[in-house]
Amino acid sequence: MIGFIIRRLASTVIVMAIVAVFIFLLLHLSPGDPAAIIVGDNATAEQIDAVRKRLGLDDPLPVQFVRWIGGVSRGDLGVSIFSHEPVTKLIGQRVEPTVSLALTTLLLAVTIAVTFGVLAAWQAGTWIDRLVMVLSVVSFSVPVFVVGYLLIYVFSIQLRWLPVQGYTPISEGLVAWARHLVLPSIALGLAYVALIARITRTTMLDVLAEDYMRTARAKGVATAPMLLKHGLKNAGVPIVTVIGIGVALLIGGVVITETVFNIPGIGRLVVDAIQQRDYPIIQGVTLLFSGVYVLVNLLVDLTYTLIDPRIRY
Amino acid sequence: MAQATVIPADVAGAAKPPAGKAWRFTRRNPTLVLGLLILAIMLLAAIFAPLISGDPYGMKPIQRFKPPSDAFWLGTDNLGRDVWARTVYGARVSLTVGLCVAIASVSIGLLIGVLAGYFRWVDAIVMRLMDGLMAIPAILLAIALVSLFRASVLIVIVAIVIPEIPRVVRLVRSVVLTTREQPYVEAAVASGTRLPKILIRHILPSTFPPLIVQATYICASAILIEAGLSFLGAGTPPEIPTWGNMIASSRVYLARAPWTVFCPGIALALVVLSVNLVGDGCARPARPAHRASDVRPRCNLPAESCRSPDALLQRGGRHA
Repeated sequence: MIGFIIRRLASTVIVMAIVAVFIFLLLHLSPGDPAAIIVGDNATAEQIDAVRKRLGLDDPLPVQFVRWIGGVSRGDLGVSIFSHEPVTKLIGQRVEPTVSLALTTLLLAVTIAVTFGVLAAWQAGTWIDRLVMVLSVVSFSVPVFVVGYLLIYVFSIQLRWLPVQGYTPISEGLVAWARHLVLPSIALGLAYVALIARITRTTMLDVLAEDYMRTARAKGVATAPMLLKHGLKNAGVPIVTVIGIGVALLIGGVVITETVFNIPGIGRLVVDAIQQRDYPIIQGVTLLFSGVYVLVNLLVDLTYTLIDPRIRY
Repeated sequence: MAQATVIPADVAGAAKPPAGKAWRFTRRNPTLVLGLLILAIMLLAAIFAPLISGDPYGMKPIQRFKPPSDAFWLGTDNLGRDVWARTVYGARVSLTVGLCVAIASVSIGLLIGVLAGYFRWVDAIVMRLMDGLMAIPAILLAIALVSLFRASVLIVIVAIVIPEIPRVVRLVRSVVLTTREQPYVEAAVASGTRLPKILIRHILPSTFPPLIVQATYICASAILIEAGLSFLGAGTPPEIPTWGNMIASSRVYLARAPWTVFCPGIALALVVLSVNLVGDGCARPARPAHRASDVRPRCNLPAESCRSPDALLQRGGRHA
């Protein structure tokens, strides 16, 4: 077990190092002289040279990479070209909306998806099963911004039940916070629900065909405990795996959802940075989100033994 | 390997068998036929766009925000442009991007995957690189790539292909790893067949059935990412009518002219849905298995890799 954890941690470090190299090279491919961009349009050649020296832009690439990585490990992701603020600070200001959105979506999506998946597997071959499968293909195909505008149009503009857009911090009241997050979470969670529901159904079908399920039924275990305790528990590992891998969907979706619903989160930060060609922000956020993805999947791998004690490393 | 040959034969057979046969095929593969049908209509509309619609660029400010009518089937947008014409022309970009990305990423991924699966020393290096590439969320990588260069359809295609490659490589590698242990490969090695011939004649064909399925999912995913990038202003230049661009420029007028947002949105959803249906149809050439016990004994290698949870994970979808 400890051996496995060490090996898994080592591979995580390697993957993150490769991610860092990719992202570092990406910034260095950027056209234009970063020094010239930082000094501004009216700078003389000497001023640009001075900035190049100060930032060490004349050093060989590996030296620059080591310096950059050192900065990243101290939480220094560089300075925004546009606002001259540290990228870490800009991200810090935007963490709350994004984390709120991601967590509510995760909670909502996993609950709904697992319920539907178990239901579909239990009722396999019936209209319930088909309905769940059809819904899952459809919701996997409708892009997040189309769902988002549809929800806004129906529930905010026509019915006026919920606010159109925006975000209220949790400190200004739980109800207002929740009201602003309902529609974005549904829009963002739909594809995720489809993915998890499909996997839940597939693995539950396999588990339901096992001998111990027949035994459970034969000895008179009631349906609900049979499905949940005997069934779902044994189907746990693939489901948790797909939840982890699906975080990529969630992260990509956050960027678009925040634009649709005008939520001032990290995703909006990137989208605004696109227009201003603010490479340090794009680079920093890409690195952050990749790190989150890798970490989540590390955690998922480490929880396998908790979910399924039969797994031994 | 039986089912491996079944898939393309079935697809090809859908074109013009006698009526009874076609009906039976439809009954057995409803999703595949429905998907192909929608896709064919969309493809024809895209190819013959100038014949079935008017000018997608012409602005008539007097006729802005006209709701759908006889003159403008899907109404007009904030600049008085014909939404029907723009939606039809938008199909061109979406389908081009979807097709090009699918072909490019499958070809590149196939090459890398076969080499990684067959040569162990390539494997270690390549798979670490692929793990790293996979860890970067596709849309962010695409945003970063597009923002470095001048936006164009080609750059968008390249920016979507790069994050898709690792998914193909992983799939191909896993199939190759299983195939190379098969007795017929060992026999070929033992009888002195040269390496290129082994790879092309014996290894490569077994990767095709799962790859066809994978290609459809990549196509769907690419169409969604392209629309997402355009929507965010990081994709196709705004003057080109694409569904993402149309939604981006009309979203402020959602309350006043909902058709300007929903028409391209529905078109987008339909195309992605049809491609996903084709993929699902290809993944299950036989009757869909309702009971798990039906699944297991019938699986041979390629079909199994289509159907396994891992293949489901590789589905293309809303990475955008």
